[in-house]
Amino acid sequence: MQQVVQEIKNLSIGFTSKKGEQISILKNISTTINKGETVGIVGESGSGKSTLALAMMGYVKHGLFTISGECIYQSNDILKMKNRELENIRGRKIAMIPQNAGQSLTPNLKIGYQIDEALRLHTNFKKEDRDVKISELLNKVRLPSPETIAKRYPHELSGGQQQRVAVAMALAGNPDLLLLDEPTTGLDVTTQAHVLELLNFIAKDTGTSMVYVSHDLGAIAQVSDRVIVMYSGEIVLDGPVRTILKNPIHPYTYGLLKSIPKLTLSGLPNSMSGSQPQPGTIKEGCSFYDRCEFAEDKCKINSPELEFVSELNTSVRCFNHKKLHKKKDEDTKSSKKVLRKLNKNEILDISSVSISYAKQKFIEQLLNKIDDTNPTVKDINIKIDKGETLALVGESGSGKSTILKSIAGLIKAKDGIIKFDKNKILSNDLKKRDANYLRAIQLIFQNPDESLNPNHTVEEIVSQPLKLYFGLSGNELKQKIIEVLKKVRLGEFYLTRYPRQLSGGEKQRVAVARAFAAKPDIILCDEVTSALDVSVQAAVLNLLQELKVDFGTTYIFVSHDLAVVKAISDRVAVLYQGRLCEIGPSESVYKFPSHPYTEVLLGAVLEPDPDIKPKLVAEDIVEEKPPEKGCSFQGRCPRLLGQICKTDVPPWQIDENGNAIRCHIKINDLKNQQISN
Amino acid sequence: MLILVLKRILLGLITLFIVSLITFVGVEVLPGDACTTYLEREAYGAALEACYKRLGLDIPAYERYVSWAIGVIQGDFGYSLSGEMKINDVLGPRVKNSLVLASASILIGIPIALLLGIITALWRDKMPDIIISTFTIFSMTIPEFISATLLILIVAIWLEWLPGIVIVPTGASISELLPNIILPVIAISMIMTAHMARMVRSSVIQVMASDYVQMAILKGVPYWKMVFKHVLPNALLPAINVVALTIAWLLGGVVVTEVVFNYPGLGRLVIESISNRDLPVVQALAIILASIYVIINLIADLLTLMLNPRLKSLQIKK
Repeated sequence: MQQVVQEIKNLSIGFTSKKGEQISILKNISTTINKGETVGIVGESGSGKSTLALAMMGYVKHGLFTISGECIYQSNDILKMKNRELENIRGRKIAMIPQNAGQSLTPNLKIGYQIDEALRLHTNFKKEDRDVKISELLNKVRLPSPETIAKRYPHELSGGQQQRVAVAMALAGNPDLLLLDEPTTGLDVTTQAHVLELLNFIAKDTGTSMVYVSHDLGAIAQVSDRVIVMYSGEIVLDGPVRTILKNPIHPYTYGLLKSIPKLTLSGLPNSMSGSQPQPGTIKEGCSFYDRCEFAEDKCKINSPELEFVSELNTSVRCFNHKKLHKKKDEDTKSSKKVLRKLNKNEILDISSVSISYAKQKFIEQLLNKIDDTNPTVKDINIKIDKGETLALVGESGSGKSTILKSIAGLIKAKDGIIKFDKNKILSNDLKKRDANYLRAIQLIFQNPDESLNPNHTVEEIVSQPLKLYFGLSGNELKQKIIEVLKKVRLGEFYLTRYPRQLSGGEKQRVAVARAFAAKPDIILCDEVTSALDVSVQAAVLNLLQELKVDFGTTYIFVSHDLAVVKAISDRVAVLYQGRLCEIGPSESVYKFPSHPYTEVLLGAVLEPDPDIKPKLVAEDIVEEKPPEKGCSFQGRCPRLLGQICKTDVPPWQIDENGNAIRCHIKINDLKNQQISN
Repeated sequence: MLILVLKRILLGLITLFIVSLITFVGVEVLPGDACTTYLEREAYGAALEACYKRLGLDIPAYERYVSWAIGVIQGDFGYSLSGEMKINDVLGPRVKNSLVLASASILIGIPIALLLGIITALWRDKMPDIIISTFTIFSMTIPEFISATLLILIVAIWLEWLPGIVIVPTGASISELLPNIILPVIAISMIMTAHMARMVRSSVIQVMASDYVQMAILKGVPYWKMVFKHVLPNALLPAINVVALTIAWLLGGVVVTEVVFNYPGLGRLVIESISNRDLPVVQALAIILASIYVIINLIADLLTLMLNPRLKSLQIKK
């Protein structure tokens, strides 16, 4: 019999709506966390996964309250404890590692103090012992020179370092149970892989139980022994990680896994229709009924109970789970990517563009030039053909969004020329650009919450480009708006809605509609799916693909997610510190990641499969500035040749597939080395 | 850091220079001048000439500006018209009186404001918050001339506890002043405290909702320790600038209150000198008030910079 660390019994948490109704966010949750076990809780935003994790610490957010049930820790209900008692459990017995460590560390207190505080509260160490312990903890989370880190303020650390500090702080009290709330979301791919590896090490080393909450099945696959899938405040699936990810017997999990873009698959992932219902809208029947492809009439009226399937050691909430038992992944027919037609019709030519964020000195302002020998983005040369999808990938600080903004004219390039449609030079000053060119290049932003005016209806939002560029008005305008909305699969009744009345996916569709309303030649997509849930992301990617087929639009697609990029792009450009490392057709870049940085990036991608482990080839150091001389990747390169990398800018080399890389090592040698590894 | 301080000081000086120019030009452009005002109907012929000569108004404007500016830099504002006194002698006691009133209000008002703001935030939407917030919003909305008049009516006339208006000479000593300033201080504090308490309240609430406070709770930090270590230092940083503006406003003379209570401070001097068309005094006051704002804001900025580790290291990096 395994030792139980925490048992959750029939827990329901909810709030009272403005109409006085009681609405549940968590519905009747029952599960146990065993000693030494890592449980992944996965679900999309609004599934109640964070609320559940916080409840395990006896913390219920402002406005929410416990409707029924209990969280039992050491035979006491944590939810009924007084603050005094909770203070002795929180941080000592059960500790939390938060989502955004940068915002979860108090800005005015030094790292050392914040860890010391946890030690003072939860251990009996003396001052000198605590100082030793702080260094020990910082060492354990593999932070370089603990003494200096302890003297820093949170903002002086990088995102990965902050996350490590949060781990160290959680370990200070030597807890039985660690709760991790999306601990790697928002980190760069390589950093994320390193942090997960660290967490795995700690789980083994200390024998602590962990509850890992995330929307990212890739991360869940790497750390969990057991996975709980949540949907609309309910547990829909609970079982061993391999069963859940390889033989998902709940239709939601099944669809979710199919909607994740993977490196091993070509083409776009299948999308799931619809989105998760708002709390309180489902009165009867299965909460997944509307989106379920296996739904029957009884699912509409009766809610299924959690049923234990002993042969799979899994609990599932579905009447029809048997249908999915033997269903293999073979029928995963991903919609084929439309290949680029090979007509060399150049639409955009970016030549030797450099962009600097350095502040202009007074004299430079007068002379209207920028004097910066080491600009943020340097020497970008890319030609883009009509109808092509070019992806720019790289970690944060790689300059990918900066390049996009300078194409759009939002940032002035320091040097270089951007030509549109063969020979028309685009001014780097937005005000001097011709209205027709402004129309031709449209931008879709990452976060539709911020890019849509909250005080405008959908009609007003979509009407703006139509009025501005085509001078439409009256009935003609209205018809056109409806037509554009239909293209993005939004019905006429959306016209009068405000952004706040739409779901995340619907908002991004409106943003797409606004961009397409201008009949653009080029659409710049800045991380357009990264704020969306996985199932919604697949739908938006498919939509973009369809629109491309219909209109022959050219996309420049910026993303940090390599799997998404693989799914949608024809050509990929890999950037590091504002310098191009590699550019080539996506099939060959992903097949043979010749440039060492591409290799590092691809190695760190997390697949939703516990048997595919990320390869960590380089340290996740954060460089603040590109190096003055030599190769941009010299600081982290696992294949550093020697002095030449530090002094000379590497030359371009092209292989037979049209893959161009910038490296001192011969391209074929690189490939051989990578294969032999 | 030092460069930044010097930069700010330079900016402050430029601001003062511009203020001095504007007031000087403003005074020049106005119809009539010091002599016509002073001589009234006799402002013609020899008397006017003599007056011009005496006040130095016969030389060109830019020369007068330069010599006036040099005087100001040396701390000499020249002569006032009405009393033919040195402006320095007119200003001296007024500045002192305003300082006394301001310091008293600051010493009483700011701690109360902070306390009320913190209490209302920590007991948000509970009884203490509801009562205090009602009161603060109430005293914020009543204009000070009404609350001041009401105070006089209730405390001085009905209850006869304190003198209603200040009837001490301008040059009175601090001990003579003290009993007289109780009512003005209450009137000023009411409105000032209310504004600041609201500001502090929203700032504390914002910090209480932050991720790091939630983290501190989940770390097991006891409530009051959390409030003092994790909440207040971060919540009160933005308050520094508001406090600074309030102090500047107080030092600059709370015009209405001073007039209602007949208090001989800078604020009343502003009104008096404007109605007497005592232009040199108006000019001097403009410069002094501008300097107060510049200096106090400079101090506040530097203080924020010193207390906020984020800004501090940013500056060092540059």
